[in-house]
Amino acid sequence: MSALPSTSMFVDVRVNGERYEREVPARRLLVHFLRDDLDLTGTHIGCDTGSCGACTVHLDGVPVKSCSVLAVQAHGASITTVEGLAGDEQTPLQRAFSEHHALQCGYCTPGMIMSATALLEQNPTPTEDEVKVALQGNICRCTGYWNIVEAVMAAGKGSA
Amino acid sequence: MTTVETEGTTTLQRGFVGQNVPRKEDRRLVEGQGQFVDDVKRHGMGYLHFVRSPYPHARILSIDVSAALELPGVYGTLTGDEVAILTDPFFQIAAEPGGSMKDYALSVGKVRYIGEPVAAVVAESRELARDAAELVMVDYEPLDVVVDARKSLEPGAPVLHEECGGNITYQGVWEWGDVDQAFAEADHVVKITDLHFDRFNSTPLELDGALVEYNRGTGQWTITTNNQFPGFAVIMMAPAMRVGTDKLRFVTQDIGGGFGNKITSHPQLVACCLLARKLNRPVQWTEWRTDFHQSMSHGNERWFLDTEVAVRADGTMTGFRTRVVDDAGAYLRYEPLGGVIWSQVAPGMYGWRNIRLDFTQAVTNKAPCSPNRGYSRMQHLWFTERIVDIVAHELGFDRVELRRKNYVQPEQMPYETPNGCVYDSGDYPASLDLVLDLIGYDTIEQRREEAASRGKLLGFGIGSTLDSGTNNFGQSQLVNPDLQFSGNNEVATVKLDIFGEIVVTLGTTPQGQSHETTAAQVVADILGCDVDAVHVRAGHDSYWNSHAGFSGTYASQFAVTGLGAVKGATEMLADQMKTLASMVFQCPKEAIELADGFARIADNPEAALPFMALGAIPNANNAGFPIDPPPMNARFVYRPPFDVPDKERKFGNLTLTYSMQIHACVVEVDPETGVYEIVDYAAVDDCGVRINPKIVEGQVMGATAHAIGAAMFESFTYDDEGNLLTPNFYDYHVPHTLDMPPLTTAAIETPSPFTPLGTKGMGEGGGGGIHCICAALQDALRATGSPIVTDSHNPYHRVFEMLRHPEHARAKVEVTGRSAT
Repeated sequence: MSALPSTSMFVDVRVNGERYEREVPARRLLVHFLRDDLDLTGTHIGCDTGSCGACTVHLDGVPVKSCSVLAVQAHGASITTVEGLAGDEQTPLQRAFSEHHALQCGYCTPGMIMSATALLEQNPTPTEDEVKVALQGNICRCTGYWNIVEAVMAAGKGSA
Repeated sequence: MTTVETEGTTTLQRGFVGQNVPRKEDRRLVEGQGQFVDDVKRHGMGYLHFVRSPYPHARILSIDVSAALELPGVYGTLTGDEVAILTDPFFQIAAEPGGSMKDYALSVGKVRYIGEPVAAVVAESRELARDAAELVMVDYEPLDVVVDARKSLEPGAPVLHEECGGNITYQGVWEWGDVDQAFAEADHVVKITDLHFDRFNSTPLELDGALVEYNRGTGQWTITTNNQFPGFAVIMMAPAMRVGTDKLRFVTQDIGGGFGNKITSHPQLVACCLLARKLNRPVQWTEWRTDFHQSMSHGNERWFLDTEVAVRADGTMTGFRTRVVDDAGAYLRYEPLGGVIWSQVAPGMYGWRNIRLDFTQAVTNKAPCSPNRGYSRMQHLWFTERIVDIVAHELGFDRVELRRKNYVQPEQMPYETPNGCVYDSGDYPASLDLVLDLIGYDTIEQRREEAASRGKLLGFGIGSTLDSGTNNFGQSQLVNPDLQFSGNNEVATVKLDIFGEIVVTLGTTPQGQSHETTAAQVVADILGCDVDAVHVRAGHDSYWNSHAGFSGTYASQFAVTGLGAVKGATEMLADQMKTLASMVFQCPKEAIELADGFARIADNPEAALPFMALGAIPNANNAGFPIDPPPMNARFVYRPPFDVPDKERKFGNLTLTYSMQIHACVVEVDPETGVYEIVDYAAVDDCGVRINPKIVEGQVMGATAHAIGAAMFESFTYDDEGNLLTPNFYDYHVPHTLDMPPLTTAAIETPSPFTPLGTKGMGEGGGGGIHCICAALQDALRATGSPIVTDSHNPYHRVFEMLRHPEHARAKVEVTGRSAT
């Protein structure tokens, strides 16, 4: 072992299907790694305390607040960000957000959509209460949430 | 969530206008492809971090940046001493005494609130900039602190700005009608010792930020930012920086919420500009959440003291008088405009003709105030709603009937208030009936009994508010007669480009208000084309020539000023297109119509030119015309019709339009704990012609959510030592999904007679939710000692206090008869 602690580490991650290998400062947050190092700026930052959920991404399929994960903790993981959701077409949830006017400024939207996508993967036909519980870690300051809850429920399979 | 569709009363011809056209903004935003300020990068840019004061009031003895500069990767620093040499203090809106205030981009000599920027560090990474900021050594000599505006006015209070000679920044008496006579003739006088509107703000999720580049060759800065009022920022910054306004190019694109809070970032932007020049590299600054809470844009806290309301036996309210103490925080960044803006709605929605309001604004060792959704009118409308409910409560009037009786009536519209403001249109009693219907008012007493059977106290409340929009900036002269601002304006350009593209630029800075969509709706209807054929550029750029002095997005005005400019420019373009088509077809211009993407002869639709041909002629195919073909490019400045108000009488029309909201809610209170829940909520909105009803409803919902947050959870609470107790979202609880009640909305449309499209500015909503929740709590607690509600912010512990000690609130109200006046 070296006498001095290492201040950076090698990270090998797969983001939206693409592999990235980087030497990153050990203290760099995953959200800053995604935004500043990989230029995936769709993932946003709204607080310092893990309260707002704007930075939500999927880490090996699980929604996490990427401000509360170090980039080095993601070594070996597969990450999906909002940029990785739509292929040639938007997902039903993305379309539902637009159809139900579930966004205004759009700043919380990527985090909301990532949290709601994870919910719908687990529970394709959630009840209103289940949607609210799943999104309670995501703050929106524009919409009052009513249209967001409506959009998520509409995107669920049961409401088509 | 339920939307009730009601019949519109407008007779305007509509195409896309009035439809729920899907938003143009959404595609990029749901895919994470929006461009917010922190997303913008430049080669070699440095990250700025501010060193902030840990003291609420202290003299700065010394600042030593040497340790920070020695850290590898640190590009440079800036201190207040440098700022004082390189810049002049910001221009002050205030007359004396506030006008003497010296306010700079960084503290000079003294700090006046916790979180005040005293120095700035720029480094190669965000993390390093923070580390380096911690190495900046600042020696402070702490001073006495004052956090209560009432105490800051007392003799011997610590003085924040010695150059102002005390803590008063603005003082004015506003009186209209014959107040003394109204009280002499009153049958009842209701007296309330103190009412308090709490300090909070709407905390947009995206924080303030900028990427600033300096061009040494031209001496020009390019400021890519999310400041929401570049027109204001540039007139604050350019004189302070001793440059012309042309040297400050503002660029905005997507902005993650603003709510007025992003109007006053000019001090931080100046610091970025100075460092970009000093270090000869782009400087990136993004605020942290704690920075924002501690230092940016708190809403005005306001006291209403010794209020008296004159009431006749039949319930007619003839006048009120009160003494206001407004808490501006430590600096005047947009203040003392709050000292006049309340008077846009001086009598609220009521027929009060005799009003006296003695307004004093003071500084305290707290973060500076600046506009927050409902700015200054919300505080005043909360006051008018409170006194209406307290009058009803104390004199035994029915709250609904008292409102119905005292509301300005539809047949009085347009209605001139005692201070010369003109309420353009509206039907307040009909709106009240509608909201009562939505909430099921006729079943309230049954529901009260049912709740009681479960041990709950049920309460019902109404909040009726105005959203005055399109400011007459001449009102600034009522707080400072020497100011040379008046009227308002906004700009749009519309052009037909070479392949027939219709391209619109705006001077506005939308933060979720859907300007790309609504502007396209208006353009498409005028040009007779599809809404998808209209390309509206997002945001503001000083290079586009589509801005004027008041450009920005604030104060409920886009539907009037912004769309007024869009309509004007599009009509100019339509005229050019018809002129050009008539030149080609050699027919009178009047014979041409625009429809289906063509300019064609109305009586001979086969003689038709596609927009592409019209766009190509002046741009790329203009030979052979005996006279110049029209340029297919139009710029229009919309100017609302205003006069300069009468400064002596403080009289004149201060805003062009008055949207109206009536909110109603039902709460259930646990009498053992004070915990309460909103179990039902309804909101009726009238903003005249709705360009896009879904977007309007979205604004109503957002304003409702902010009001619920402010009423129940959100408070910038300081302790007596000047520490902010809620400096982040961990301590400052904003509503989450589970906090939201069931909501029913409805709209009525009374078109404005004064605006180009019959629209009214909207979106602020005047805090209807705060008012109706206060009223519902007062109603619920009637059964437990009848306390009156005297604070706008009522967390559970305050309700518990009212339950346990109703006599404390009872001691604040007194009713006297005619003889006592």
